[in-house]
Amino acid sequence: MSYPEQYRYTKDHEWAELLSDTQIRVGITDHAQSSLGDIVFLELPKTGRELKSHETFGVVESIKAVSDLYSPVSGKVVESNSDLIAEPGRINANPHGEWMLVLESSDAKAQFETLMTAGAYLEFVRSL
Amino acid sequence: MLKRTALFQEHQALAGRMVDFGGWELPVQYSGVTREHTAVRTACGIFDVSHMGEIFVEGPGSMEFVSFVTTNDPSTLAIGQAQYSAFCNERGGVVDDLVVYRLATERFLLVVNASNTEKDFAHLERALAAYEGTKPRIQNASSEFSQIAVQGPLAESILQRLTATPLAAIKTYWCAEGSVAGAKAVLARTGYTGEDGFEIYCAWNDGPAVWRALLETGAGDGLLPCGLGARDTLRLEMKYALYGHELNDSTNPLEVGLGWITKLNKQGTFIGKPAVEALKAAGAKKALVGVASLGRGIPREGYEVFDADRTTKLGAITSGTQSPSLKRAIGIAWIDKTREKPGTRLWVKIREDFHEFEVCKTPFLEKK
Repeated sequence: MSYPEQYRYTKDHEWAELLSDTQIRVGITDHAQSSLGDIVFLELPKTGRELKSHETFGVVESIKAVSDLYSPVSGKVVESNSDLIAEPGRINANPHGEWMLVLESSDAKAQFETLMTAGAYLEFVRSL
Repeated sequence: MLKRTALFQEHQALAGRMVDFGGWELPVQYSGVTREHTAVRTACGIFDVSHMGEIFVEGPGSMEFVSFVTTNDPSTLAIGQAQYSAFCNERGGVVDDLVVYRLATERFLLVVNASNTEKDFAHLERALAAYEGTKPRIQNASSEFSQIAVQGPLAESILQRLTATPLAAIKTYWCAEGSVAGAKAVLARTGYTGEDGFEIYCAWNDGPAVWRALLETGAGDGLLPCGLGARDTLRLEMKYALYGHELNDSTNPLEVGLGWITKLNKQGTFIGKPAVEALKAAGAKKALVGVASLGRGIPREGYEVFDADRTTKLGAITSGTQSPSLKRAIGIAWIDKTREKPGTRLWVKIREDFHEFEVCKTPFLEKK
């Protein structure tokens, strides 16, 4: 599975995609879905919620494991992918395409740029 | 250092994801829990269960001694027959659950949980030292055996290609001695999945050859190697207890659904009998029940279970998962016996919120 170069990544195994200077889309990495195994449950926040960077925004569960989801940046939830809640197994099939949230913040771009590049993230995963 | 079974290299070759399971390095999955689970329910799956403990009780007095240390009644076993049973301590707590095979009139094989093997054997040695009847020999032969479970509706037809033993003649919970893929083996029609199937006991070093022969001959039938993840979801759908979750050293058999294998009227006493009788007289207070979510929260071990008022604590979840067969969140709960009736509504606290569940008839899935 390839890690898109235009995304940024976190040590919590989330990816971030910059949609505009103020909006970021968030999902979990291929490494995260593969470690979890078959994903069967997803809990996401309601729109309007203010999240801080590293704050828990939801839960993902596989058959065996429960794992918290952490916000890669600070911002307000402006979209939450409710379709994915009905079919969380799609995350296993397409982790870098299935997004969970859109976060909005006036300094989204600056926050985005502090996150790890694809190369740095892959190096981090290899070190685990 | 984790212990490894004789099949360790086979698991690596199949890209099994290895985990620490009670001190053993075993695959939790190969191709995915759902896929492996489904293979067992619809075709066939094979499991390396070589970590299980094998204890032999042999010689004069063996049947009486097995009866003294287990809750079930081995005197009813014919040669080649098996029974589910339990060891109790003096307080009536469950030391382990096990399967007792009568291989000969005075030769019993006791198959116990891997992580309990040493505890169990020490328990049996103490029991034997204090035992007043004819003392049999006991031997922990766990390191000499590989054990492979072949489970699923196609198990018999697949395994039959590798053995001359007529499998159709082996009834459920019976066994026969024979050979598989050229290796001497005990073939037992037992398992932990709710499907028809066999457990093969062979010499430690013969494990890999038997495993590879099964993979090869079953490949065209949809046979898959299966890990501990699928083993757990399969047993949970049947509400089979798993030691350390539903059972432990302080749970009385009458309060964890093992009354049916606790024979208070068998001949002679057994360790723990007075404590079990006392609880029977006083009345069991707790029960293990199957619960299913009325919404979408998945119950997990340790989550608290509450009554309809969401305030009165009834007990806790002992195991839980999303059932791959039922596509529903299910669990086993250890709760007040007054709430054991199917249809009873309960609330499970999942993280910060209460989720409504109902007590279900079990097994969750009809046994085949």
